[in-house]
Amino acid sequence: MHIVPIVELTPAQKAAQRRRSIAIGLGLGALVVLFFLVTIVKISGNIAQHAAM
Amino acid sequence: MALIDDTDVVLSPAVTGGTGSIGDYFELLKPRVMSLVIFTALVGLMLAPGGLHPLLAAVALLAIAVGAGASGALNMWYDADIDRIMSRTARRPIPDGRVSPSEALHFGSVLSVLSVLVLGVAVNWVAAFLLAFTIFFYVVVYTMGLKRRTSQNIVIGGAAGAFPPMIGWAAVTGTVSIESIVLFLIIFFWTPPHFWALALVKSEDYARAGIPMMPVVAGERSTRLQIFTYALVLAPIGVAPAVLGFASLAYGVFAAGMGAAFVALSARVAFHAKSGAEAKRINMQLFFFSIAYLFALFAALLVDGVVSRIIS
Repeated sequence: MHIVPIVELTPAQKAAQRRRSIAIGLGLGALVVLFFLVTIVKISGNIAQHAAM
Repeated sequence: MALIDDTDVVLSPAVTGGTGSIGDYFELLKPRVMSLVIFTALVGLMLAPGGLHPLLAAVALLAIAVGAGASGALNMWYDADIDRIMSRTARRPIPDGRVSPSEALHFGSVLSVLSVLVLGVAVNWVAAFLLAFTIFFYVVVYTMGLKRRTSQNIVIGGAAGAFPPMIGWAAVTGTVSIESIVLFLIIFFWTPPHFWALALVKSEDYARAGIPMMPVVAGERSTRLQIFTYALVLAPIGVAPAVLGFASLAYGVFAAGMGAAFVALSARVAFHAKSGAEAKRINMQLFFFSIAYLFALFAALLVDGVVSRIIS
């Protein structure tokens, strides 16, 4: 017989988990936007450098 | 046929922790320490020769702040047992049961790695290495190694708090130079008198938790004398940016005045401290002045840096 232990979260833990999940999602989204902007800045810096050469 | 036909599902009791709010996790980052880190790193960024795109500068500050916060979370994870004992720290998220130790460990570890990677990829790897070393120094060398073993804990461990302006400088220049070392030294020599002034007041708390802070190990008289000695060393280092030419004469005069006041207050702690409430008042006076001193010096350096950039 295979026993699967399942942790039952309390309503307070479920609510907190949901809030944390939303925060992690927003954080990851912000990170994606940040990396996109950093890439744009770095690429435009390189283009400007090549143009000056 | 059932997919799980021979499996018993066992409901185990709810795990502890898990109810931490976003605010509790933010508290793990030690926001007050983080704000000082952001400020001193900003000064390093502004004083460094050359320029950094404003967005990259903002990313650098964010990464440094998150790295510092992550090390704070790891510090709270490791120190949860002694935090529970001391009145100053008993209401922190882990001893209070709002966040479990493993949650704090995972949170701090992920943010540590993320902050170093972001700084390396977006800015440069010298700054990223310094940030990684700072996190390692604070968590492993100070928290795990020194804090519970030696009365020199905050003297050596203070280096961790002194690195941010050096990281800010390295973010712009990609190097470590004498100027950034001077910024490091100001915070390094400021740390012992700052913490010992508070430790003199909270020595019973530290003794109860078994932390060998200087007043607990060497006694109050020795600690007071050492505070004075460190103040004597700190005052001239505070003036060094003007002497070395990366801050103005006006800054030098201001830093000299603030240094003299620091020495005078430390002398009162060392030689005129009475017992009881009077001693506590003088110690706390030095503690709060030390915060104002560091803030004022770095604010003056920041203004100096901004003005010299506008002029040139």
